[in-house]
Amino acid sequence: MLARAKSFFKQLLFYKSALIGLAIIAILVGLSIYTVIALPYNEAVKLWRAGEQYWLDNPRNAMPSWVNFFLSKKLPETIVLNTEGNQPNVFKAIVSTNKVSNIRIELSFNYRYDDFPSEINLFLKSKFNYSAPKITILWIKPNGEEITLKSFIVSRDYRYYISSDNSLEKDLRELTSRKLNKTIEYEAPVTLLLFAQEDERILVEGAAEVMKGQYKLVINGIAFEEGIDLDAKLVIYGKVYGWAGTDHLRRDLGIAILWGTPIALSFGVVASVSIALIQMLIGAISAWFLGGVDVTIQRITEIFMVLPFLPILIMISTFYKFNIWVLLLVVIALTAFGGGVKNYRAMFLQIKEFPYVEAARAYGAGSFRIVVYYLIPKVLPTIMPSMVLSVADFVFLEAALAILGLGDPLAPTWGKIIDDAFTNGALYKGLYYWVLQPSIMLAATSLSFAMLGFTLDKIFNPRLKEA
Amino acid sequence: MSSRIIKYLLKRGLLLLVTVIVAIYMTIYIANMGGYVDEIVKSEIYISVSQSIRQNPAYRGLNDTQIMKLINETYAIEIEKIGFDKPFIYRSFIYLKDAITLSLGRALFLYSDSGSKSVRIIILERLPRTVLLFTTTQMILFFIGLFFGLFLSRRYGSFLDKLSVMLAPLSSLPGWFYGIFLILVFASLFRSWFGVGLPYGGMVDAPPPEDKVMYALSVLKHMILPVMSWLVAYSFINVYVRRTFFLIFSSEDYVELARAKGLPESLIQRRYILRPTLPPIITDFSLTLIGSWMGAIITERVFNWPGIGSLFYSASMIFDTPVLVGLVVIYAYLLAATVFTLDIIYAILDPRIRVGGT
Repeated sequence: MLARAKSFFKQLLFYKSALIGLAIIAILVGLSIYTVIALPYNEAVKLWRAGEQYWLDNPRNAMPSWVNFFLSKKLPETIVLNTEGNQPNVFKAIVSTNKVSNIRIELSFNYRYDDFPSEINLFLKSKFNYSAPKITILWIKPNGEEITLKSFIVSRDYRYYISSDNSLEKDLRELTSRKLNKTIEYEAPVTLLLFAQEDERILVEGAAEVMKGQYKLVINGIAFEEGIDLDAKLVIYGKVYGWAGTDHLRRDLGIAILWGTPIALSFGVVASVSIALIQMLIGAISAWFLGGVDVTIQRITEIFMVLPFLPILIMISTFYKFNIWVLLLVVIALTAFGGGVKNYRAMFLQIKEFPYVEAARAYGAGSFRIVVYYLIPKVLPTIMPSMVLSVADFVFLEAALAILGLGDPLAPTWGKIIDDAFTNGALYKGLYYWVLQPSIMLAATSLSFAMLGFTLDKIFNPRLKEA
Repeated sequence: MSSRIIKYLLKRGLLLLVTVIVAIYMTIYIANMGGYVDEIVKSEIYISVSQSIRQNPAYRGLNDTQIMKLINETYAIEIEKIGFDKPFIYRSFIYLKDAITLSLGRALFLYSDSGSKSVRIIILERLPRTVLLFTTTQMILFFIGLFFGLFLSRRYGSFLDKLSVMLAPLSSLPGWFYGIFLILVFASLFRSWFGVGLPYGGMVDAPPPEDKVMYALSVLKHMILPVMSWLVAYSFINVYVRRTFFLIFSSEDYVELARAKGLPESLIQRRYILRPTLPPIITDFSLTLIGSWMGAIITERVFNWPGIGSLFYSASMIFDTPVLVGLVVIYAYLLAATVFTLDIIYAILDPRIRVGGT
């Protein structure tokens, strides 16, 4: 037995395609194990479904960070400055005397990227009893120029979306235009106006250059009450994030790319193996007992062959919104009596007449024993290739259902990412990373199983001698 | 024709009919969610009835109990009008009779582009579009498989042959998946590089061109990417399968004998390889054609192609049962008819089919 297994593996490794396939499968299995240990499923689902509030410090639709390796113009990372932490570039002082509190907060950062940030937000939290602090926000550029962004009274929880402040945008555009004595004709956004070098290039859309250096955001405030507090968090959203980027809800795509692996592998493998085994068992029973059992099974199989599989599956899952494991069960149930049963039955009808089966019958083996110990093991090797090959189909079935909006409503899967990307027009907007990353994972998974399956087919079913 | 053949065909036909009827009944049951769709329809009728009565100025003088009574009475009449007063199981058999006799009825929610609610019109409007796209594609695929398969089987072991074996695993990725990449390259990237690109999806430019020729050209332009995606996805496996198939047949003893007799290669091809392999090839071809009429739900969604697949998708999203049942019924009938026709042809033509045996 061991020697046979050894020679089988030797034969398998002789084929390069099988070697590549096995290597990819090994990597995917390793990745799955890492994912399951490092990020438990419940936590992943919670993060994935947390909503935009949770991901507020992430940029929207950011590319993966590694794209910077390939770009001559470095895209910005996200910069977060928070007075509640112990960051070195953060200064906060509140001096209270004589029923008056003076506030000064300075948030400084070094901006050395070649592209403008995607968004700028300032989150303010204040504590006071009756006098809300009145503050003025200043923007200090590396060349020392000071710009007043806004003056206002802070409520307890205040969000100042700097980059979507339309009046600021208008003011800044006028300011810059006046400085250059020429009007900016296009809709230059706040992010550009705050970070650009103010020279002729800013007049042409897309030509403006980033002014690199030490930026500072200063908050000066006053409140007519002692013992107040004010905390500020400045987020300069970048254009790259993490190793997988983010989606339209600022979520880290890495979570879904990682968790897609174990889900796709287990869905594909469980579906293909159990469907093959069940179909084989039904085929064996049909061929062994013949008569009424056989006729019944044949008729049921024909009914299922008339029913279109995908439409029926879509109808059922639209109604019930299954989670992925129930979906798996439904897929198995719908295909248990699929066309494969007929093939297996034909195979078993031949095997049934083999002398060793007759011998088993002669010594009094029961039907169950013969079906499970004598018929099925004989067929098993010949169906291995198609079993491995169909893993690819089921991996894509899950993705296809997700693209139709019918997958698991909770689980983060590759198909889900592709669906999100599609419905949010990733291909129109040029957000290719969003589609490409899950697609490459899907392709790698199914190609690896396909390459292994084709090689197994050559070894187990050598209809042709191929070099 | 012997009476045995007729008896065999009658038996087959009867069996097929029973199979189709059971399958249709199952579809009716599933599409109605075991009667749940009734509840949706009933509650919608109730809401519309109560709204129209409450907003009717003629009934303003009535008090609440009178209005409720009026609503319930009108509701009962409406329900009876569409036959929903009978239990679902009873009605499911009426649906079955309608489905079998192909009186497909009216859609619950969907309309055809021309504004009709008749299921027949809705389906007939979509069918040509799907046939245009997928039947064309399947025909091209079939002939690619046939010709290249035959070609490679004659050059067994050559570089091209080995290449086709190597590329076959690429077909494990489905057509819609290649479609996404094709859209990415030819619609999106091409637009950003050259300023022009192929359409992202749809069937015709918006607004549709008035001129017939321009209209046809516009449809053709929209067909390029979906057709390409299927060709890329399924050509390799088609060629591989046909090549292996022909190779197995060309190593049969009678082919070897023909070669030994010194018959010309073209004659061997036609008479000794192609002819005996024709029945399974024709079966394959006709079943794929029937399958292609169901469209490809996901490919049609990716390319936004308004065919049968899209219709099925939108109908299942809003539980438009009559449309769903209509689609499956037509498919089941077509499939059964094809299988039966093939049975007849083989029973008459192929002497190897032992009529009355297995």
